[in-house]
Amino acid sequence: MSKVTSDIQDALSCVESGHTVLVGGFGLIGAPLSLIEGLTEKDVKDLTIVSNNLGESGKGLGILLNQNKIKKGIGSYFTSNRDVGDKYQKGEIELELLPQGTLAEALRAGGAGLGGFYTTTGAGTDLAIGKEEREIDGITYIFEKAIRADVALIRAHKADTLGNLIYYKTARNFNPLMATAAKRVIVEVDEIVEPGALNPEEIVTPFLYVDTIIQAQQVLTKEGVVNR
Amino acid sequence: MTTMSKTDMQHLIAKRVAAELEGPCVVNLGIGIPTLVAEYMNAADIYMHTENGLLGVTDVEEVDIDPNLVNAGKLPVGEAIGASYFNSSDSFAMIRGGHVDVAILGALQVDQTGVIANWAVPGKNIMGVGGAMDLLVGAKKVFVTMSHTSKDGSSKLLKKCIYPITSTRSVDMIFTELAVFEVVDKQLRLVELMPGVTIEEVKAKTEADFLS
Repeated sequence: MSKVTSDIQDALSCVESGHTVLVGGFGLIGAPLSLIEGLTEKDVKDLTIVSNNLGESGKGLGILLNQNKIKKGIGSYFTSNRDVGDKYQKGEIELELLPQGTLAEALRAGGAGLGGFYTTTGAGTDLAIGKEEREIDGITYIFEKAIRADVALIRAHKADTLGNLIYYKTARNFNPLMATAAKRVIVEVDEIVEPGALNPEEIVTPFLYVDTIIQAQQVLTKEGVVNR
Repeated sequence: MTTMSKTDMQHLIAKRVAAELEGPCVVNLGIGIPTLVAEYMNAADIYMHTENGLLGVTDVEEVDIDPNLVNAGKLPVGEAIGASYFNSSDSFAMIRGGHVDVAILGALQVDQTGVIANWAVPGKNIMGVGGAMDLLVGAKKVFVTMSHTSKDGSSKLLKKCIYPITSTRSVDMIFTELAVFEVVDKQLRLVELMPGVTIEEVKAKTEADFLS
């Protein structure tokens, strides 16, 4: 069965209320903008969203936030969307703040079948409260649990129809990690090519991680987000 | 007493930090004054790392701006010759693993042992940490740039940080518009007065104990 679809809602059919969903991107850079918009049009609620940021006010994941579809956010920098603070103040959203490197490594560990890892990052700070501490060779580490999810929505530059992916500049960020850490992985790309068209030495995400491929309908340009 | 505009002050600090960098080295620049440091670095063998996934950051002409090529402050940047891209986990492995030579960061407060606070203010919702904690624990050297005092004139170099700390690790050097300090054995030591500044002024505006 082909992994390629042209229907966003078809691509998102596996997303259900209560799911944990990984969403790629560093702000809007490398975010799967078409899939996020598709999610705003889908009748789901109580989602846990794992993403570096929850978009910007009224943009990207910010729309999903304002629709009250997000029960919990896990990320490293919610500051970029002031609506997150307002919702949190009103008790309408749970938040889990992780250092950016810890978020990235938790996804890598999740995708690699590990339960978690010990890191020095955050040890002795307010973000270590409630976390297990362990001394290894005289250095204090804290335990961070791996992250696994039901669905990952990611952005790549090109896919072949098998699902091999390559990325574009700093739009790569969390996307290759998220591709490994969810039961279902949906990718939107600028271009879909035939198998063999991508150089095997350059493939960043091998096809076995990817379930569904869709052509991006919204792209980030110098002038902002535009429909293609 | 020294009076200068905020911009002049920031550039003064940035220029002084840049003079401290010797190639070959890999430097990670934070947001704010650290971003300005790039303007004053002229050694060809100083390479810049940005934690969103690029080693080999350069500035970019307006006409060449690519919306998908940005630094950690989401500002457009360019790609140096010899640059490479990598995912966020690899990027932070470079940082935590001690492969980045210098991190230059802003701070809200520094205590007299060199421990800094730069990610949260009490009484406000804590909404973001980004890469600050990773850079603090992992960079081989950490340089801090900041104004010496707050808007109300109070010292930002304190006996103890009031705001939540970023790491238990002490930074290596602190650069303000008044002075340069280094941290040796968990003690601040004054190494240089900025032009026109007297030791009396620094003492009057510094709560932290320091050696001079």
